[in-house]
Amino acid sequence: MTLLTVENLKTYFHTDFGLVKAVDGVSYEINEGEIVGIVGESGCGKSVTQLSTLQLITSPPGMIEDGKVIFDGRNLLDYPANGPEMRSIRGGKIAMIFQEPMTSLNPTLSVFQQISEMLSLHLQMDKETQRKRAIELLTQVGIPDAKRRIDDYPHQFSGGMRQRVMIAMALSCNPKLLIADEPTTAVDVTTQAQLLLLMQNLVRQYHTSLIIVTHNLGVVARYAQRIYVMYAGRIVESGSCDDIFNQPKHPYTIGLLKCVPRLDEEEDRRLVPIEGLPPNLINMPPTCAFLPRCPYKIDRCREEPWPALKPVGNQQVACYVDTKLTVQ
Amino acid sequence: MVTYIIRRLIQAVFILLILTFIVFGAVRLLPGDPLLMFLNATDIEALSPEALDQARHELGLDRNLVVQYGIWLGDILQGDWGKSLHFKNANVLQMIGQRMPVTIHLGVLAFFFSSVIGITLGVIAAVRRGRWADTVATLLANTAITIPIFWLGIIMMLVFSVELEWLPVAGYTPINEDFWLSTRKLIMPVICLMIGSLGAVARLTRTSMLEVIRQDYIRTAWSKGLRERAIVIKHALKNSLIPVITVMGLQVRFIFGGAVLVEKVFAIPGMGRLMVEAVDGSDYPVIQGAVLVIGIIVVLTNLIVDISYGWFDPRVRYE
Ligand SMILES: Nc1ncnc2c1ncn2[C@@H]1O[C@H](COP(=O)(O)OP(=O)(O)OP(=O)(O)O)[C@@H](O)[C@H]1O
Ligand SMILES: [Mg+2]
Repeated sequence: MTLLTVENLKTYFHTDFGLVKAVDGVSYEINEGEIVGIVGESGCGKSVTQLSTLQLITSPPGMIEDGKVIFDGRNLLDYPANGPEMRSIRGGKIAMIFQEPMTSLNPTLSVFQQISEMLSLHLQMDKETQRKRAIELLTQVGIPDAKRRIDDYPHQFSGGMRQRVMIAMALSCNPKLLIADEPTTAVDVTTQAQLLLLMQNLVRQYHTSLIIVTHNLGVVARYAQRIYVMYAGRIVESGSCDDIFNQPKHPYTIGLLKCVPRLDEEEDRRLVPIEGLPPNLINMPPTCAFLPRCPYKIDRCREEPWPALKPVGNQQVACYVDTKLTVQ
Repeated sequence: MVTYIIRRLIQAVFILLILTFIVFGAVRLLPGDPLLMFLNATDIEALSPEALDQARHELGLDRNLVVQYGIWLGDILQGDWGKSLHFKNANVLQMIGQRMPVTIHLGVLAFFFSSVIGITLGVIAAVRRGRWADTVATLLANTAITIPIFWLGIIMMLVFSVELEWLPVAGYTPINEDFWLSTRKLIMPVICLMIGSLGAVARLTRTSMLEVIRQDYIRTAWSKGLRERAIVIKHALKNSLIPVITVMGLQVRFIFGGAVLVEKVFAIPGMGRLMVEAVDGSDYPVIQGAVLVIGIIVVLTNLIVDISYGWFDPRVRYE
């Protein structure tokens, strides 16, 4: 069963320097109980995409120009941004975990205050039940001595612990979908693995769907069933995790994989970063945005507009070149 | 926390010692001989220079500055604040005791309303940034900051008292004598006294709020499904007020300063008026006593402000 379908989403920022097409026709979907990865370099529009589905874009300068976000058979973009329908979805049905654990929790409110306000808002729990539930949640995400620590403030926790609090908060109202926007970027590698495993276990237990947003393909490899690769505001390739890892088709995905260390490989392989920088999203040319960095480029790429996604095998790829036939 | 307060109180004692000593010296540099105030003209003519010196000596005015200060301080500590030179034999502590409640009445009202109205205006301006409510609130705040108190007082008097006859022109009635009359008399003075603080608080609240509402944790609050009102009041306001508290602490000083002017314009018998009269009359004991009391109040409010940070911002540690 499909839980969320995003169709042709376009979110632009009208800035003083020009129009930033941060999300430019993105489509994806996620099924119930599924874990999906969205991968791309910094600035390619991953966060803006996710914020747009919950209409959390600050406007001005941001503007959702087009598209549909179908959840439970309803198009969420039909609802006013901060109206009652949107508010009951946020936190209640779709919850988010953000990139920065250090700044995403309110420094002046205790952990209990921050969790309990969701419990009373979406589940109408009384104070006593809220407390019990909050302690239960914190214990579940692995905060030792949760009963005592529940009245502590965010600054009394480490980065990894704060992210655990965020996870507890996000899952507090049993949402159907959890969106984790680079949940582990700011923590060390060990903590990163622990947090990912924790999230995987929890979403399995509650049958919650999970979107993991990351710039690190390695992070999603173990957990995601399907992957969407994003570049400059668009999806350039999508497919099952295995397919993407074993037979990447888009030159950008191939490039991304070259910079991921793999444990399952016998021989030594050099990690190669993709050359050049991601494009500035202001006033983009109509041609493929990856063109300047692409080692596979052909004449057609310079002449025709950015190609649409089309099926190649089991994957969807937006490229004119059949990368498998091209010898590098 | 307790050790912090004790340390701050010890600091406060030193601050007050330095303050009173500077004032003690400064008043003696003022033009005017206190003796001439103490004795009336006929006395002076009748007295020989020796007798004048004798009077000077009896008042202790011929001694070394440090010795005089030491004597004054010793007396204060024993509860003897001295006698006014100007109003013969009036007890300084009693004079202050009569005038202080008037200024505190005026000042508390001014402080309360400037804070409440200033913060409200600032919040509205920030939340409705760039829209008409922001424009209006910002315009009001900027006008409030720049308006001259003296001019505002006189204009209000002309309009509301003389022309419209809505409010009494001037004067003061204690609150327990006639609440309604007392309040009506204080409306214009309070507006004059608070207007500048109100503008400063409003502008700072707006700036601070704008900074806070683009923080990550506000986005988190939105993602939880909270209403805008809950986000502003519960998540943004407390954080935004942290810098505003500092300024509110400073306002206590400006309120005493402003009281000098406002009490003069509206003929209110408060500390401001007392100070002006005392300076005019080189009334050393009164000036010194008044400065000491105001100093104590300012130092204590600063301490209260610093302690209240802990409530607004749990990251603050008192060591
Ligand atoms: N408020 C804004 N005003 C103008 N441009 C913005 C704004 N927010 C985002 N953008 C632009 O949108 C683009 C996408 O940003 P987004 O935050 O979605 O990137 P990201 O893929 O999440 O990157 P990261 O990995 O760094 O989080 C960026 O180029 C950014 O400059
Ligand atoms: Mg991001």
